[in-house]
Amino acid sequence: MNLTLKIWRQPHTRAKGKFITYRLDDISPNCSFLEMLDILNEQLIGNDEEPVAFDHDCREGICGMCSLYINGRPHGPDDAITTCQLHMRKFRDGATIVIEPWRAKPFPVIKDLIVDRTAFDRIIQEGGYISVHTGGAPDANSILISKEHADLSMDAAACIGCGACVAACKNASAMLFVSAKVSQFALLPQGKVEANDRVKKMVAMMDELGFGNCTNTYACEAECPKLISRSNIARMNREFICAKVS
Amino acid sequence: MAELNSKIPQGPVAAKWTHYKAHQNLVNPANKRKLDVIVVGTGLAGASAAASLGELGFKVKIFCYQDSPRRAHSIAAQGGINASKNYPNDGDSTYRLFYDTIKGGDYRSREANVYRLAEVSGSIIDQCVAQGVPFAREYGGMLDNRSFGGALVSRTFYARGQTGQQLLLGAYSALSRQIKLGTVEMFNRHEMMDVVLIDGRARGIIARNLITGELERHFGHAVIIASGGYGNVFYLSTNAMGSNGSAAWQIFRKGAWFANPSFTQIHPTCIPVHGDYQSKLTLMSESLRNDGRIWVPKNKEDAEKIRQGTLKANDIKEEDRDYFLERRYPAFGNLVPRDVASRAAKERCDAGYGVGDTGLAVYLDFADALKRLGKPVIEERYGNLFQMYEKIVDEDPYLNPMMIYPAVHYTMGGTWVDYELMSTVQGLFVAGEANFSDHGANRLGASALMQGLADGYFVLPYTIQNYLADQIKVARISTDKEEFVQTEKAVRERLEKLLAINGTKSVDHFHKALGKIMWEYVGMGRNAEGLQKAIKEIRELRAEFWKDVKIPGKLDDLNIELEKANRVADFLELGELMAMDALERNESCGGHCREEYHTEDGECLRNDKDFMYVAAWEYKGPGEYVMHKEPLEYEEIEVKQRVYK
Ligand SMILES: Cc1cc2nc3c(=O)[nH]c(=O)nc-3n(C[C@H](O)[C@H](O)[C@H](O)COP(=O)(O)OP(=O)(O)OC[C@H]3O[C@@H](n4cnc5c(N)ncnc54)[C@H](O)[C@@H]3O)c2cc1C
Ligand code: FES
Repeated sequence: MNLTLKIWRQPHTRAKGKFITYRLDDISPNCSFLEMLDILNEQLIGNDEEPVAFDHDCREGICGMCSLYINGRPHGPDDAITTCQLHMRKFRDGATIVIEPWRAKPFPVIKDLIVDRTAFDRIIQEGGYISVHTGGAPDANSILISKEHADLSMDAAACIGCGACVAACKNASAMLFVSAKVSQFALLPQGKVEANDRVKKMVAMMDELGFGNCTNTYACEAECPKLISRSNIARMNREFICAKVS
Repeated sequence: MAELNSKIPQGPVAAKWTHYKAHQNLVNPANKRKLDVIVVGTGLAGASAAASLGELGFKVKIFCYQDSPRRAHSIAAQGGINASKNYPNDGDSTYRLFYDTIKGGDYRSREANVYRLAEVSGSIIDQCVAQGVPFAREYGGMLDNRSFGGALVSRTFYARGQTGQQLLLGAYSALSRQIKLGTVEMFNRHEMMDVVLIDGRARGIIARNLITGELERHFGHAVIIASGGYGNVFYLSTNAMGSNGSAAWQIFRKGAWFANPSFTQIHPTCIPVHGDYQSKLTLMSESLRNDGRIWVPKNKEDAEKIRQGTLKANDIKEEDRDYFLERRYPAFGNLVPRDVASRAAKERCDAGYGVGDTGLAVYLDFADALKRLGKPVIEERYGNLFQMYEKIVDEDPYLNPMMIYPAVHYTMGGTWVDYELMSTVQGLFVAGEANFSDHGANRLGASALMQGLADGYFVLPYTIQNYLADQIKVARISTDKEEFVQTEKAVRERLEKLLAINGTKSVDHFHKALGKIMWEYVGMGRNAEGLQKAIKEIRELRAEFWKDVKIPGKLDDLNIELEKANRVADFLELGELMAMDALERNESCGGHCREEYHTEDGECLRNDKDFMYVAAWEYKGPGEYVMHKEPLEYEEIEVKQRVYK
């Protein structure tokens, strides 16, 4: 396949970025999207140019490190996968592909396609946990949890924290991310004790960090590589209201 | 000089850990906040250690190269975590898990450590459930278990095909809580570049801020390395792209001996290689072998036609299929340990029965399971794995058998540690996959997660106190001290030297070339001639690297090529040590298969008389390593040939 790539290049956070166009020929359709960028980078290095900086690590859709806004969609044109799982067979020969970083105020660009997502860690630090100390936990089977609740909790816990939901949202809202964590614990008896406190603190931090409001368009759900459901947002709203009145 | 003292406590194996804990030194609560601990790595081992030490009151600094601690490579583990809870009442016990692990490791691990691992395994599950890890459950609300290779009981706990993710998020949540409380300070996008020794003790590290490129000095009364495994020395592996051996190699150069470097695990069920642009290999969890059946065509002609694309797997009649694992190992069948399954697949492919375009693949077939259990059950058990396969290979595994081939997955070798997980350098501890401790020559499935969390939650929080107890006398050392200054200077010089080469070939070029040598000669089958060749070729490649590598960009900037170059430079030394170690070990054991040593029916042939030891290598200079032996003594377990027939 022959491709034209329009890639966002930005030397550092405060610098002005711009699109640069590259031609790339002879790419196998079985190549993954990131392998295609590897090939581009090899070429750039050969031409004494700086390679394009992008984040990635596991390359199997679980670490949440890869990002990329590809032709206007977080993680590109395929559904329910991350950029690292995207393959070139999803594009036409001769296609022009526009590649941008996540664009959201709480995720400033660090360089080229790399953004700073530590805001997510800060939200988790506010209450995305159950406060247990190491050691002294009761026997695991002393807490019975219905399969239904365990499964729902797992559905929410599957979030990989990539930030696609924020990038997809016109308001840069982090509701899907935050609600997934709130839901995971709200659905488990272990998590109930601190539920009120948790949701209040996490939501407050989300607001403080400049994430926008949810206006119920659900682009987040549509673009989530792990199919995290919007029902988590509804659950979080219930939790939040309960926490406020209690 | 360092020496090998494994510090195994006295008494019968079942009483050692209790005895140790009863007699060790502890740090008074008021003194803990005066003690600083550095943790490198936020995987299961590092995150759990840092969270637990923070809870105890120590001042902890923790480092990872990713943008968030939650992304450590542990996140990718799929299948599950072992614990001898015996919930299914199928005969499990601490002793049986201990026994299976020693046997699975082909009698090349230390009894005392492995027993402790089995002993604390149950507490790990309790801890994780308390943290809110959503393990799979039965309809009655109890935890569900499944079986994994190398065991006759169901002792594996799991969270769909994302067990590592859920366990790591559990540890990450505990870590996040401590960060908020201020006991732990997080340094993401920071890479350790060297350890700082003062008077022979580990007292800190030099780290590079990967965003600004700045070198930083950090002091600690003790340092814990939990930097994961070094499987990426093979270039293609199931490890994350950034997984590396550099932290282990840095401390090796400073006196922490490296044990059994050649012990590598080649995992049988990975998606086969498809092109030379390929950057990594994807694991299909071993749990698939619970329901999938592995086969190749019985007739070479059929295999040939499949390779040419004129015949399909489903066209091959039942009687023309060779379920080679079931045939060779009727007792364990498709659930033999990984090393055995991998070698058997390689044997069939080498003999001309392989499938796929390259002939380097075998089938993993779910047709029977789909018939027996129905699609919803298979979907529930393996849905995400099937989806992953389809996305990569572009073929529906519900309709066609999967194609798999072995790939490098895990390194049993690692920094030598004693019973307290301390290396041969005082105050330098090593945990998780980075140490060599528990898996001998072959690791059983679902045991790495167990070991990482055992080390971090239940071992280090005790053993490090035994070391730190008399360190309260040592006031925090200024990072202006000469040793810090000099170590930082050496790091800077090395990076400048790399940048100055300004040659013609990319870092990846060298990494790929190294990977080819490693896979060819230090992979699944090894022999003396090949290993000697590997050593020679790696030396030449290393020399070429230092002459001709090309690294664009600057030192004081985000520079991914420089990060990679620094790691590959270390791999180019580590690879040689692996070949040397494999060459010294004139026997086959576990994942280490020396083609010269096998039984008549093609199974591994150990030589317990001459090789029942841990090979601990000492650094004397680049390419100059001296081996020391820690003899292994088996008091509890009768050493036998490993039979899975
Ligand atoms: C695909 C896959 C599936 C697996 N499935 C299973 C399974 O089902 N069950 C099982 O038991 N095991 C499994 N394993 C093995 C298991 O996941 C690993 O052995 C284990 O998670 C390693 O944990 P760790 O904490 O030692 O290291 P890792 O999780 O690898 O973490 C290493 C940490 O060190 C940091 N680091 C490394 N170098 C530096 C440096 N120089 N400076 C700063 N930080 C550094 C990294 O940022 C990271 O935070 C699997 C492995 C793979 C590859
Ligand atoms: S690189 Fe890990 S999810 Fe894409």
